Amino acid sequence: MRRNEISNLDWVTILIYLMMVAMGWFNIYAVVYDEAAGRSIWDLGLNSGRQLIFIGASFIIIMVIVIMDLRFYEAFAYVGYGFIVILLVLVPVIGKEVGGNKAWLGIGSFGVQPSEFAKFITALAVAKYIATVGFKMDNFRNQAVLFFIIGLPMALILLQKDTGTALVFTSFILVFYREGMSPFLIILGVGAAVIFILTLLVPNQIYLYAGVAVIALVIILLGKKKAWRIAWVTLGACLISGVIASVDYVISDVLKPHQQNRIKALINPDADPLGYGWNVTQSKIAIGSGGFWGKGFLEGTQTKFDFVPEQSTDFIFCTIGEEHGWVGTFLVVSLFVALLLRIVHLAERQKNRFTRAYAYGVLVIFFFHFTINIGMTIGLFPVIGIPLPFFSYGGSSLWGFTVLLFVLLKLDSHRGEVLQRI
Amino acid sequence: MNDARKHLLNVLVVLAGIVFIVKLFFIQVADNKYAQLADSNALLREVEYPVRGLIYDRHGELIVHNSPEYDLYVVVKDTHPFDSARFCHVFDMTREQLCLAFRELKMRKEYKPFKPTLFLKQLSNVDFAKIQDRLDELPGFFIQARTTRSYSTPSLANALGYVSEISKEQLARDSLKLYRQGDYIGQSGIEQFYEAELSGTRGVRFKLRNAKGIVQGSFNKGKFDTLSRPGLDLITGIDLKLQQYTELLMKGKAGSAVAIEPATGEILALVSGPSYDPGLLTGKDFSANFRLVSADTNKPLFNRALMAQYRPGSIFKIAQAMTALQQGVITPDTRIRCDRSVIACHGRHTNEDLRGAIANSCNPYFHQVFRRMIQKGKADDPFTDSHLGLAEWHAHIESFGFGKKLGVDLPNEKEGLIPTPRYYDKAYRSTAWKFSNIFSLSIGEGENLVVPLQMANFAATIANRGFFYTPHMVKAVGQDGKPLPQFLERHYTTIDSSFFNVAVDAMQEVVESGTASYRAKLQDIVICGKTGTVQNEPPLKDHAVFICFAPRENPKIAIAVYVEDAGFGGRAAASIASLMIEKYLLGETQRPLMEAYVLAGKFD
Repeated sequence: MRRNEISNLDWVTILIYLMMVAMGWFNIYAVVYDEAAGRSIWDLGLNSGRQLIFIGASFIIIMVIVIMDLRFYEAFAYVGYGFIVILLVLVPVIGKEVGGNKAWLGIGSFGVQPSEFAKFITALAVAKYIATVGFKMDNFRNQAVLFFIIGLPMALILLQKDTGTALVFTSFILVFYREGMSPFLIILGVGAAVIFILTLLVPNQIYLYAGVAVIALVIILLGKKKAWRIAWVTLGACLISGVIASVDYVISDVLKPHQQNRIKALINPDADPLGYGWNVTQSKIAIGSGGFWGKGFLEGTQTKFDFVPEQSTDFIFCTIGEEHGWVGTFLVVSLFVALLLRIVHLAERQKNRFTRAYAYGVLVIFFFHFTINIGMTIGLFPVIGIPLPFFSYGGSSLWGFTVLLFVLLKLDSHRGEVLQRI
Repeated sequence: MNDARKHLLNVLVVLAGIVFIVKLFFIQVADNKYAQLADSNALLREVEYPVRGLIYDRHGELIVHNSPEYDLYVVVKDTHPFDSARFCHVFDMTREQLCLAFRELKMRKEYKPFKPTLFLKQLSNVDFAKIQDRLDELPGFFIQARTTRSYSTPSLANALGYVSEISKEQLARDSLKLYRQGDYIGQSGIEQFYEAELSGTRGVRFKLRNAKGIVQGSFNKGKFDTLSRPGLDLITGIDLKLQQYTELLMKGKAGSAVAIEPATGEILALVSGPSYDPGLLTGKDFSANFRLVSADTNKPLFNRALMAQYRPGSIFKIAQAMTALQQGVITPDTRIRCDRSVIACHGRHTNEDLRGAIANSCNPYFHQVFRRMIQKGKADDPFTDSHLGLAEWHAHIESFGFGKKLGVDLPNEKEGLIPTPRYYDKAYRSTAWKFSNIFSLSIGEGENLVVPLQMANFAATIANRGFFYTPHMVKAVGQDGKPLPQFLERHYTTIDSSFFNVAVDAMQEVVESGTASYRAKLQDIVICGKTGTVQNEPPLKDHAVFICFAPRENPKIAIAVYVEDAGFGGRAAASIASLMIEKYLLGETQRPLMEAYVLAGKFD
């Protein structure tokens, strides 16, 4: 039985996981490496030494996950959800402050970020709700409950001022879509985002309004001229114009100054390369200077000498880019693409709706982290402080992603049994 | 429908991967801008400026040396906390001036907040002493010492040239990338010509630094570092005493005086008047002074000795005589009647031989000599004949160093002009010209143009009886060095050496009993010379010119003096030249009256 369980685990995924974790570890050492000090990668005083402990702990966590009874996860979903919500409420009160944010719960010198685990628990809760007998995706009440499930932790994390992690929860909308929700909401969201960015890029908004008006007119003139149709098109044009008009308001009144700057940096990093453009500029310089083959392991100058901020955590991709060049970044991007495609594959082979929904939850969380993190280091997305899974330094993030992934593998390894039981 | 959605997710994932890989390819491989930016981020290039070479006169007298000067640099990133009140106090500035200085700093193209940038330049010794101790109260600011040129004498300005900040155009032309903005470079004279030798080699050390600008050690274990090598000293052929004395004599006059040692081609004195004090074009007040000097209507920056192209006048008759003898159209004994109906003349003489014609500067004689050279009867058609004659004549004259750059070690030398047949074809827009159109050349008027340096070289050539060394300022590059190789080569004229004795005899007669007999003659030294009086637009007086060398045997000095608007050449120019010879060969002048006459500068 035991041997069977282990051999049923998806070893392709595990292989990718091990490669990523190992590469992450070496790169964390490269960031802190100082030739003069001559400290080794094992040194516990360095991030690399501590990361090794985190990696060791992850292996223990993996074993626990594999040993645990299968039904635990489904049964535990709501309880765990309730527990994590309480923790998230408590964090601002009893948490300790790290880097200006109260997002950490400390037990002695040891700290964890509940928000990292909230992603996992939320994925479980969403999956469980979707798997409820009688659940229908096009039922409005069901949809409302789902949005509540992702909205509650998101709001609490927003209160901790951790916008990046909060935004991760929006990616669940993709899961809802995959499980049958109408794409209307996604199209609406993506459309608004596109218009928003266009507005930022086009210096004079009059052109945009004119463009909208011309397109609306063309649609009206080309189609059948029925009153209801004209009304709908006009309404749509007005809505789009409303989004355009709201951009300035959103930028200057809703977003905080540092968030405004991150948007500005994305549009034009050269406007103030030392101020808000610093992160993006330096990050691109570090990655860009790697060339095709890279400068070699431990040979990077940009990441080593602190030109790039948050190098071992959110900007770890810079070290890869600088020291291993395009070859290295190509490999890392390919590994992520492989992992994500594998998760889609795992999701699609489930017969059980709970596992399937959970697998898609895992997928969208990884996808969000992957695109946003790498996108921000090369200037395609605004700077949003979220880690690159398995590469970034930090226990909470490594464990959070490990749990997320291996619970999926555990569930997947029992896919045959579940079928029998039904 | 569900299958489509599964594919959509796969497509999204692959699409994101492709976008990243393509974007990364552009950043990392296609665009090497980032690699350069990374270097300028992390590489600190420390430049060690070598000391610029010194310039001496022929006796080891120091002419140009270096004195320290201090530039204030700033690394803007490191200036926090910046106490502007303290800064203004230390540097004696107003708040507005400070703000302006910072704004200008940030406007500069090469400005990087983490790089040392020039903030205030050329602080004097006094300023430096005042701020030195208080500099540690101002983080991010530091002093870089460099040297500036100092001059031990107000003489020789045009020959020395000056040193100033490299211009944008020069920077663009510097294909080897030896210079950077803010570097100093020789701008004219010796400073420009010998820039490479004087400036030495700068040392560069590459260091790695972190984002805070703190040095983290040498780059690649110092593999790319170079040591600085100081610039070479230059020993010029200038006799500083003679130079200073000549400048004194030329004071208040426009023109030029050049003295050459015939045996070596070393320039003993090079004077262009009016001149300026080289001390003006150095140090902090350079810009203001430069504007004054360059706007001066007397054009003190214009080095007449090599750049002013004058008609040579009667001194040219020596060259005519030599060429005619070489071509065999006359002998020393040929007598020609002074027929003043063809061309005006002066003095009492009627039918001289060559020696007498030179001593009396007989115009009709040389008119006839030139006719014989130009119209030899080699062709029936007088036009073709003149073409052939002029071409042959031109080759001989050019061998004296006329009509082309001599190749002196100073920039901006002018060629002068000795007309060729082609020149007249162009000027007349036809080949239909003959001797009667060009006869003014015979007496050094007409289209002939010669610069004073060529005149002095001409005197040296006669002194040497037929050859010259290219005149040069620098006799030794480096303390025990040699001149540049091209200055060790003899250039022979196309004239037989024996013919020159006729010229030497005649020139001795010029000084002893001819046109220069009263003022140029010295008691103990045999001077050979030739006067010239170059026509000028009335009512201006004619230009005075005199070439000479002395002593007759084994000559030590050859001189050309050209004084604009000074009348008869036997007066102004001959007096100055003879005083120079006296000063150089005897050390002192024993003719106070003559000195006073020259200094008064009336020449009536």
